[in-house]
Amino acid sequence: MRADTQSSKAFVYTDYHPRWLRQPKHTYWWLEKPSYFVFILRELTCLPVAWFAVYLLLLIQAVIDGPAAYEQFMAWSASPWMILVNVVSFALLVFHAITFFVAAPQALIVHLGRTRVPGSLVLMGHYAAWAAATVVVIWLLGRA
Amino acid sequence: MIKRHPEPLLWVLFSAGGMLSGMLMPALILMLGIAYPLGWVTPPTYEQMAGLMANPIVRLALLGLIALSLFHWAHRFRHTLYDGLQIKHLNEVVAVVSYGTAVVGSALAAYLLWQVG
Repeated sequence: MRADTQSSKAFVYTDYHPRWLRQPKHTYWWLEKPSYFVFILRELTCLPVAWFAVYLLLLIQAVIDGPAAYEQFMAWSASPWMILVNVVSFALLVFHAITFFVAAPQALIVHLGRTRVPGSLVLMGHYAAWAAATVVVIWLLGRA
Repeated sequence: MIKRHPEPLLWVLFSAGGMLSGMLMPALILMLGIAYPLGWVTPPTYEQMAGLMANPIVRLALLGLIALSLFHWAHRFRHTLYDGLQIKHLNEVVAVVSYGTAVVGSALAAYLLWQVG
């Protein structure tokens, strides 16, 4: 909604927004029910996604800077606070992956010929791709 | 003239970023952030890590992952502030800061991945 339709007291046409029927919600409405909280938790998984993107950028910078910077990055990663941050991030990233793939069949309608592929199959496809990607990443990083 | 709305494009970036980060990030953070520091897996030497990052496919994958993940964050973060905390009066500012950060972060990722090769 635009600010001008909110503040204006004049009779303006508000597109699909009948102001008079709106129940104001308090800021912490998402603490009212477990399902609301899970929704906000799911939305907040964007924070570890951004954090890990930054973490990867720091790793790349360390590799550019040479062996000493790389050792320093690895030592920093092994500090208790960083391990805690990354363990919590790992849990939230798994939650992000599951909730994102569960929502995928609703956004992704797949047709084979004239028949629609059922959502459960689309979901299984996502899980299979996730498992394959996980194996590739662990194989690439684990053979050192 | 038809007014073009950026929302569909932003949603596609959000969606692609959510998909890529969901597929790759749990395994990556498990290895880099937990298994190496705790000694479950021997961490790669500098030469091994630099060798891995010299691979063009790895660099391209990292660029896609970092850039799209940042756009995923920007979109979701903006909507969470709007719906969750109902910060509606700052909608434009939040949008500029969120997507701006994603653009800058993507450019930085491209620059660093160019350097690392």
